[in-house]
Parts: sequence; structure tokens; C-alpha cells
Amino acid sequence: MSDKLFVDSYDVASGAFQTAGDASASIKRKLKQLGVDAVTLRRVAVASYEAELNLIIHSNGGNLIMEMSPDEVMLISKDVGPGIPDIGKALEEGYSTASEEARDLGFGAGMGLPNMKRNADHFDIVSEVGVGTTIRMGFAIKR
Amino acid sequence: MQDKRFHSVRLDKDKCKACTNCLKRCPTEAIRVRGGRAHIIDERCIDCGECIRVCDYHAKFAQTDPLSSLEQFKYKIALPAPSLYGQFKHLISPSQVLDGLLAMGFDDVYEVANGADIVTRAIRERMRNAQPEDYPIISSACPAIVRLIRVRFPDLLSHIIDIRQPMEVAAMVAKKEFCKKHNVNPEDVGCFFITPCAAKMTAIRNPIGHETSAVDGAISMLEIYGVLASHIKKNHSDSKRATASSYGVGWANSGGEAAAVCPEHSMAVDGIENVIRVLEEIENNKLQDLVFFEGAACTGGCVGGPLTFENSYVARNAVQMLMNGCDITHPDDKVNDSYLGKYQLIAEKAILPNSVMRLDDDIVEAMRKMEQMEEIVRSLPGYDCGSCGSPTCRTFAEDIVRGFCNKMDCIHILKEQLKIMAQQMVELAKTTRE
Ligand SMILES: Nc1ncnc2c1ncn2[C@@H]1O[C@H](COP(=O)(O)OP(=O)(O)OP(=O)(O)O)[C@@H](O)[C@H]1O
Ligand code: SF4
Ligand code: SF4
Ligand SMILES: [Mg+2]
Repeated sequence: MSDKLFVDSYDVASGAFQTAGDASASIKRKLKQLGVDAVTLRRVAVASYEAELNLIIHSNGGNLIMEMSPDEVMLISKDVGPGIPDIGKALEEGYSTASEEARDLGFGAGMGLPNMKRNADHFDIVSEVGVGTTIRMGFAIKR
Repeated sequence: MQDKRFHSVRLDKDKCKACTNCLKRCPTEAIRVRGGRAHIIDERCIDCGECIRVCDYHAKFAQTDPLSSLEQFKYKIALPAPSLYGQFKHLISPSQVLDGLLAMGFDDVYEVANGADIVTRAIRERMRNAQPEDYPIISSACPAIVRLIRVRFPDLLSHIIDIRQPMEVAAMVAKKEFCKKHNVNPEDVGCFFITPCAAKMTAIRNPIGHETSAVDGAISMLEIYGVLASHIKKNHSDSKRATASSYGVGWANSGGEAAAVCPEHSMAVDGIENVIRVLEEIENNKLQDLVFFEGAACTGGCVGGPLTFENSYVARNAVQMLMNGCDITHPDDKVNDSYLGKYQLIAEKAILPNSVMRLDDDIVEAMRKMEQMEEIVRSLPGYDCGSCGSPTCRTFAEDIVRGFCNKMDCIHILKEQLKIMAQQMVELAKTTRE
């Protein structure tokens, strides 16, 4: 098994609702061209969309990164703040601090992080208030 | 009859002016302009007919069966799509269209709207056993959308309902009943769908979901419009021949199927670009409460098919008016149980992904090609101008990696290259003068 990586990175700006979903759409498109199986594809689709939207809604801006090896897709969401004070709470279903604006657009059910965790084979979140949040999600590719 | 490579949508190369109009409109990036004319990549084409609509030179066309092909059969049955009813103004009943088809020489007619009634009932039965992961259930009625999902949304294939299309069911029922009634051999009977589109033609010759189609051929609505209209004009009475419910007739319009199958928590979207947008949302699990999704490639639904005569909005209205006069019994009550057992309504074959978008069957090799592609993309101007003959700079890079063209086919790169060469010439001239 080679651990050759394909890396793809997207800047996601805070409040960029106009282009919401573009980064995850591009990731999905590439995974289809790379021949990733349908089941894995769908799991990555859901998680990358949720991660992208969280960067837009909750962060001060960051990156959505896809790293692929022949066996695994890694999704990394990395932002420059504001950080999550209580990760345990943020991971609870239904917990949300989404703004009025985001709620008007249909976000803020507090399901994003739980869905990311559920869809990923491994999920790791590190956050520091005032510094930023990094989420790493791994998805095993079926072959 | 059957042909795994069959495509209804074709190019007349003598008419093509290589204008690149169709290039960007193709939802599966199946068109390239090379060597002074367009080419359709067969493996990618889903026969949606978008390119037929946008070509100002009528170089794209849909191959359907000529009227003369009826002669192969001793007995001919017409299967009018419900969208055919919308092509005529001032009808008092769909029966006039059926009588017109008989006057044209068909031995019998069977409404595809009746097929839609049976399919409605069958889908509803099937949906009772649906599991949470099956939602949203996606309609299989528009063959262009089914093919679109195979190419662009392979992860949504499992959501497509495995019930055959109304046209297939109509053909099965029509043939069986005709043979029984007249005591004739099925081989002598030909069922011809009167089609609004190329996609249905392809679905007959090159079916997915089942081995062979029950339909023997498809005649374009445009081809019979004139003759049929003149027969209809002569006849102003309602023979009451038409029996389909208003639900079945409603399948002609976008939203008609959803209204019959799943009036609550359903969504109907028309126009292929709109359908793609919503499929993206389904893929992202954004439409959590959605139970049933109906997508039609054409604006307005089948009334907007590329082979229809009437403007889709006018036709939509005409269908709506006719629905008011039809039987309003829901297919649940109208369609007899016996149909569910007697006919093969469930598709016998799984719909498999079309992997034509893959860069390589080997994932490591695909990653290598993707890397190469990204590098090329970074060196391209990103104008997506289409003058290289590929729809976007990305697809151009993809075509280079696949070995179909080279970087100098980009006029912007070529211009840069020429500038450098001119510069070198000037410098060369300077040095030789000294
Ligand atoms: N990148 C981030 N930076 C800062 N806070 C975050 C970030 N991502 C999530 N959070 C916090 O965690 C909470 C829960 O996130 P989650 O995605 O589960 O729900 P949501 O975004 O509020 O609603 P939904 O995702 O259902 O639209 C958020 O409301 C926010 O307070
Ligand atoms: S019919 Fe549709 S898929 Fe086929 S080439 Fe034309 S636009 Fe593309
Ligand atoms: S919407 Fe109807 S007419 Fe248009 S391609 Fe699909 S099946 Fe054919
Ligand atoms: Mg969220």
C-alpha cells in the first residue's frame, strides 16, 4: 500500500454564504474522478459540507483541506478562531450558537458536528479559544 | 433492436459550425469541439437534449423511429405520452387525441397516462417498505435524470425507485390485452411510444434497469404533429375513449408525478441545471424531511421536451385544463390489484454507476493524473472561454491528461508562447547586428 497523497485545499471566508457549498462540491467532484466508492463518497459529502458551513457560520475564516491516500480520505477543517469554549457541549445534538442570520437560512439545528462525527471513521477535534479550531476526520475507502 | 451503444441525440456534422454554443450547456461535459466541428462523447451523453435546444444551426438532432417503421408489424398500437395532449389547443377531452391516432391508421391506442396510474399505485405499495436510508426516494420517470445520476451522482443511485416507467408498463398491458382480445400473436403487434424527447427513445433501445424494453419503437411528437392535428380538427365529439385519471394525465407536467405518488414531503424540480443543484443538496443531506423527489430534465416537465411542438407553458396549461375533465379517482382506488401481480412492474436489474468520469480505474493512477491535472489547471488562465474546444479550463486539463489534446490548443497559452518567441527573435536580431 502506497501512502502517496493527493492534497487539495480551499480557503473558506467567514460569512461567505454566497459561495457556501462550493468547496465541498469541488471535493465531491474530485473524489468521483478519483474513483472513490459511492458509500465513502456520500459520507465525505455530508461531512465536508457541514465543516464548510461551520467555517462560514462560526469561524473567523479558515481552510477546508482534503488529503487522499489510496486507502483513506482525510478531511481537515482548520480555522483562525474564535475557538470553541466547551467542545463536549458543541458535540451534543441540538447545541447551537448560530446567529439569527444563519438560522434564517436554515442552519443552526446543532447537528453539524454530530453528523461529521457519525459519518467519519475517526474524528478528532482540537480547539483553543482565541486561537482556533482544527477538526480531522478520516474515511476509509472501500475497495 | 437493442443496442448498448445507442444514443438518440446525434450531430449532423455538415450543419455544425463549431460555434461552441452547446459546449457549456451539456450537463455531463460530453461535448468537445475539435477539428472544426462538435463531437459527442457517447459514454458521457445522457440524451437530455439540451444541446438540441441551444444549437442555432440545428446540427444536433434526435434520432427517432420513422413512421415507416410501423410497417414492420401487422398490428400497431400507439402509446401517447400524456404530454401529447398538451400539444393541441381547445381540446375537450384526451379522447380526441386517441381517436385522431386511430384515424391515422393505428389499430389500437393505450394511454401512457393509464400506465402512470398503475405505476403510481406500484410506487406507493413499494414505498410502504422503505427504510430510512432509502429517503428521499427518487423518481425513475425521466431517463435523462436517471442517466445523470449514474454519471454525476453515483452515491444517489440507491435512492432511485425500482419501478418501471409508465411507458414500459403501458406497452406490457396494451400488448397483452390486444393479443387476448383479438387472439393474435404478440410478435405481430408493435407498440409505439409517441415521444416528447430523445431520452425516452434511448431508454427503449438501450434500457437500464431491465434487459429489453416492452416498447417496440418511438415516434417523435414533432413528426406526427401535423397529420394528427388535421385528424383532430375534423372531430369535435368526446368518444369517452380516454380512461386515465387526472393524476395519470398530470404526469405530463412537472409536479404531476409527485402529486400522485407522494403529495406530502415531496419536491418536484424541472430543468436539468435545477435538478443538479437539488441533487447536490440531497447528497449533502440538506433535505432531511424529503420523502420523494421528482426531477425532470425539461423545463415544465415532459411538456417541455425537445420534440414537442407547443410552448411548454401553453402546453402545461392545456394539460391542466384537460385534467379538470378527467376521472379524479386516485390510482390507489382506481388501479385493480390484479395489475400488481400480473405484470413485471419492478425493474429486474440494479442500476449501476457509469464510471466515465473516473480518471483511471486504478486509484493510485487516478491520483497521479489528478495531480497532473491540478498542475495544468494552475497554468491555465481560467477564463473557461471554450476556444480550446473543451467546456472549461478544468476539462481542458482533464483532456490533456487523458491524452486527447495538448496545451497549445489553448489560444491564450499559444499567444504567450508566440510572444516569447517574438521576443527571442528580436533579441537574436540584435545580437546578430552587433
Ligand atoms: N469552526 C468553529 N468555530 C467556532 N465554533 C464552532 C465551530 N464549529 C462549530 N462551532 C460551535 O459548535 C456549535 C455546534 O456546531 P454544529 O455544526 O453541530 O451546529 P450548528 O452549526 O450550530 O448547526 P447546524 O450545523 O445544524 O446548522 C456551533 O453552534 C458553534 O457554537
Ligand atoms: S444530449 Fe445532453 S448529455 Fe448528450 S451531448 Fe447533448 S447536452 Fe450533452
Ligand atoms: S423531462 Fe420528460 S421529456 Fe424531458 S427528457 Fe425527461 S422524460 Fe424526456
Ligand atoms: Mg454546523
